[in-house]
Amino acid sequence: MAEKQAKPGRVPMPEQDPAVRRRNFEEVPTGYTAAMAQEEAARCLQCKKPGCVEGCPVQVDIPGFIRLLTEGDLTAAIRSIWQKNALPAVCGRVCPQEIQCEGKCILAKKGTPVAIGNLERFCADYERNHGTGALPPKADPTGKRVAVVGSGPSSLTVAGDLILKGHAVTVMEAFHKPGGVLVYGIPEFRLPKAIVAQEVNFLERLGATVECNMVVGRTVTLDELFEQGYDAVYLGVGAGLPRFMNIPGENLIGILSANEYLTRANLMKAYKFPEVDTPVPMGKNVTVLGAGNVAMDSARTAMRLGAEKVRIVYRRSREEMPARSAEIHHAEEEGIEFMLLTNPTRYIGDERGRLTGMQCLKMALGEPDASGRRRPVPIEGSEFELKTDLVIVAVGSGANPLLTQSTPELALNKWGYLITDPDTGKTSKKGVWAGGDIVTGAATVILAMGAGRAAADSIHKYLNWGW
Amino acid sequence: MFKIVKRTEMAQGTVILNEIEAPLIARKAKPGQFVILKSHEEGERIPLTMAETDPVKGTITIIYMVVGKSTALFRDLKEGDGYQDVIGPLGRPTHVEKVGTVLCVGGGTGVAVLHPITRAMKEAGNNVICVIGARNKDLLILEDKMKTASDDLRVCTDDGSYGHHGFVTDIVKKVLAGEKVAQVVAIGPVPMMKAVSAVTKEFGVPTMVSLNPIMIDGTGMCGGCRVSVGGETKFACVDGPEFDGHKVNFDELMMRLRAYCDEEKQCYEGYCRLSDG
Ligand SMILES: Cc1cc2nc3c(=O)[nH]c(=O)nc-3n(C[C@H](O)[C@H](O)[C@H](O)COP(=O)(O)OP(=O)(O)OC[C@H]3O[C@@H](n4cnc5c(N)ncnc54)[C@H](O)[C@@H]3O)c2cc1C
Ligand SMILES: Cc1cc2nc3c(=O)[nH]c(=O)nc-3n(C[C@H](O)[C@H](O)[C@H](O)COP(=O)(O)OP(=O)(O)OC[C@H]3O[C@@H](n4cnc5c(N)ncnc54)[C@H](O)[C@@H]3O)c2cc1C
Ligand code: SF4
Ligand code: SF4
Ligand code: FES
Repeated sequence: MAEKQAKPGRVPMPEQDPAVRRRNFEEVPTGYTAAMAQEEAARCLQCKKPGCVEGCPVQVDIPGFIRLLTEGDLTAAIRSIWQKNALPAVCGRVCPQEIQCEGKCILAKKGTPVAIGNLERFCADYERNHGTGALPPKADPTGKRVAVVGSGPSSLTVAGDLILKGHAVTVMEAFHKPGGVLVYGIPEFRLPKAIVAQEVNFLERLGATVECNMVVGRTVTLDELFEQGYDAVYLGVGAGLPRFMNIPGENLIGILSANEYLTRANLMKAYKFPEVDTPVPMGKNVTVLGAGNVAMDSARTAMRLGAEKVRIVYRRSREEMPARSAEIHHAEEEGIEFMLLTNPTRYIGDERGRLTGMQCLKMALGEPDASGRRRPVPIEGSEFELKTDLVIVAVGSGANPLLTQSTPELALNKWGYLITDPDTGKTSKKGVWAGGDIVTGAATVILAMGAGRAAADSIHKYLNWGW
Repeated sequence: MFKIVKRTEMAQGTVILNEIEAPLIARKAKPGQFVILKSHEEGERIPLTMAETDPVKGTITIIYMVVGKSTALFRDLKEGDGYQDVIGPLGRPTHVEKVGTVLCVGGGTGVAVLHPITRAMKEAGNNVICVIGARNKDLLILEDKMKTASDDLRVCTDDGSYGHHGFVTDIVKKVLAGEKVAQVVAIGPVPMMKAVSAVTKEFGVPTMVSLNPIMIDGTGMCGGCRVSVGGETKFACVDGPEFDGHKVNFDELMMRLRAYCDEEKQCYEGYCRLSDG
């Protein structure tokens, strides 16, 4: 393996065989060995002006940590990553690297960028499995209290940053388990839940309090939090409102939002039913609408739950599919079919109200629309019927109004997302910050974390100096 | 853990009352709101309306009928045991206002849900007439409490073992024919709410019903609880659970409630086999 010659290609990460993994929930890529990580790290040219760092939304010192890795100092490498990114085991697995760090790597021009995500994951996994688990130093207690609402990646970042700065932090989560989309959305085979649990446990060991079953706006309001003595509040409540297609027949049995499907499968572990009590519909002939990460996760979950056929139906073409390229590739390997330039127009059910099929239209690509992507236009007379007994709707999500409606002082934009100062994350209500999907709309883990870090800096200043 | 401080069996052990320590929820809850409970790590999230709350003691009371595996697991919890998770208060509170005469109609465990609403309607200064029904005398619950909460209580049973022999709709018709009623509240099994709404529509009396679709999160995040009201899709957990009975598509609701029939049977039978040894 370790021959002394420049390796043009990337060191691939070993993966479970597609034929096996399509029926189990274990993680798909199994991780680099130390030798593989060294070999891949050696490909980095240690650029003076590294494009990769520019491409990373939180500016991880990529050449820096890779150099430490090649020197064999894994503790220093992970510490270097942590300076910018609190959840590298997560980001190494789920960032859309091809359009971020790796997309800007100088070697990307040749089609073989350094596998930065894989290396980041390796460092984080190594630390988790072999590290001392020693806690980083914490500033003296400031006596200030911060409530962090939601427990997705942006909230976890805020909590981690502020607890190290000496503030008392309480994380409040509406669900019975912390982690946000990382636990209820992204499946086990892509992000093992034990990793998220360990990150939350790390925060608790640092002294943060995590309270589940707290629906802020219902169980307690924002004003009550201030009355109880909290000095600042961060809102990282995500974009958890499911969107449907609004076409006839949508309430038939067998049509679920991806949120519901994935929550049943992941959070409630319905893939173990009847060992656990929550069921999930087992489709034989499953159709997933949409082509983002959520759609890929739904399709691959359906395959693992035993479907005979799983199709992705998407109204645009392959180039426009928003999912990470690795997920599209994995889905194809697992036998998911892609039916592109197709749009459903109506659902068909039987006399018991159960879904049996879907009427669709073929589309063609027209002129570019506001997003710069070519707009799909229906082809007249191209209707056809697709047989399906389970449809999972993954066509995007919106802002859940539960919290914002109970707090009228919070300014919202026309889509219901919170308006904040782009540099600090301050909302229109004094003492309240926000970030992540509830501000940007559904985006990425790393952007949510970046917003969390900026807000944490601003909250720290406010708690110290009052601005 | 949310400790059970009191447990009683009603209606021959098919209906159970639990008073649970949940101080934060007890402080905020209003009539018509519900909680979601999960008894253990691998358990299902089950929505139940709060039949009573005591903000001073910090407790909430739920009354539920044992219908499947999860409610059977709840039944097995003793005083001193607890629920792993209780989330709430969820849903919109009942709109309570002084309107004149209010007719409250309850069937089965729906009476438990109806009780706090009835009380609130009376406290708001309304003249409250109540009709409660059950399949038979033994399944009738909360008769005493409903009597105290209302100005006039009528009882009926399907088999005639107690009170009027027949359905609640018979009495509803009679009351509406004889009296000017400003508002009807009907809570119970879906077919009952459907039938009552059909009657009150004839009389043109506004009618509020409380819907019980399948739920997961209870916070508007999954869309599993969607119901059709006036041709529009609503999420019962955040837009309801109470809706205008004249606009609800009850047939669709009944159909959607059967979504997991086969799985539920499998789950429940598996559980019965285990617990029967
Ligand atoms: C299936 C799926 C796959 C994805 N795949 C990827 C991927 O591969 N790569 C990537 O970068 N991104 C991915 N994303 C997007 C990414 O997960 C999100 O952008 C990110 O999680 C947003 O983080 P957040 O902290 O803003 O909120 P979330 O992770 O959404 O967390 C919000 C939390 O707040 C809680 N909450 C909401 N309201 C309240 C309230 N009133 N009180 C208390 N708590 C509340 C919610 O229960 C939730 O736990 C995916 C998303 C989904 C759904
Ligand atoms: C807002 C609301 C308030 C409710 N209040 C009460 C109450 O005060 N007292 C009471 O006895 N019942 C109430 N219910 C109904 C109660 O939630 C169901 O009876 C219970 O979930 C059944 O669970 P199970 O596992 O024992 O039965 P299962 O075997 O799972 O199902 C039996 C029946 O219950 C329905 N059901 C199953 N799962 C759910 C779910 N997650 N949510 C709703 N219905 C479900 C099924 O459609 C089926 O018809 C309420 C429901 C809702 C939505
Ligand atoms: S955080 Fe994401 S974008 Fe940044 S270096 Fe890591 S994998 Fe790349
Ligand atoms: S751009 Fe690529 S080669 Fe250059 S430092 Fe970054 S990872 Fe290394
Ligand atoms: S229960 Fe999930 S949206 Fe209502």
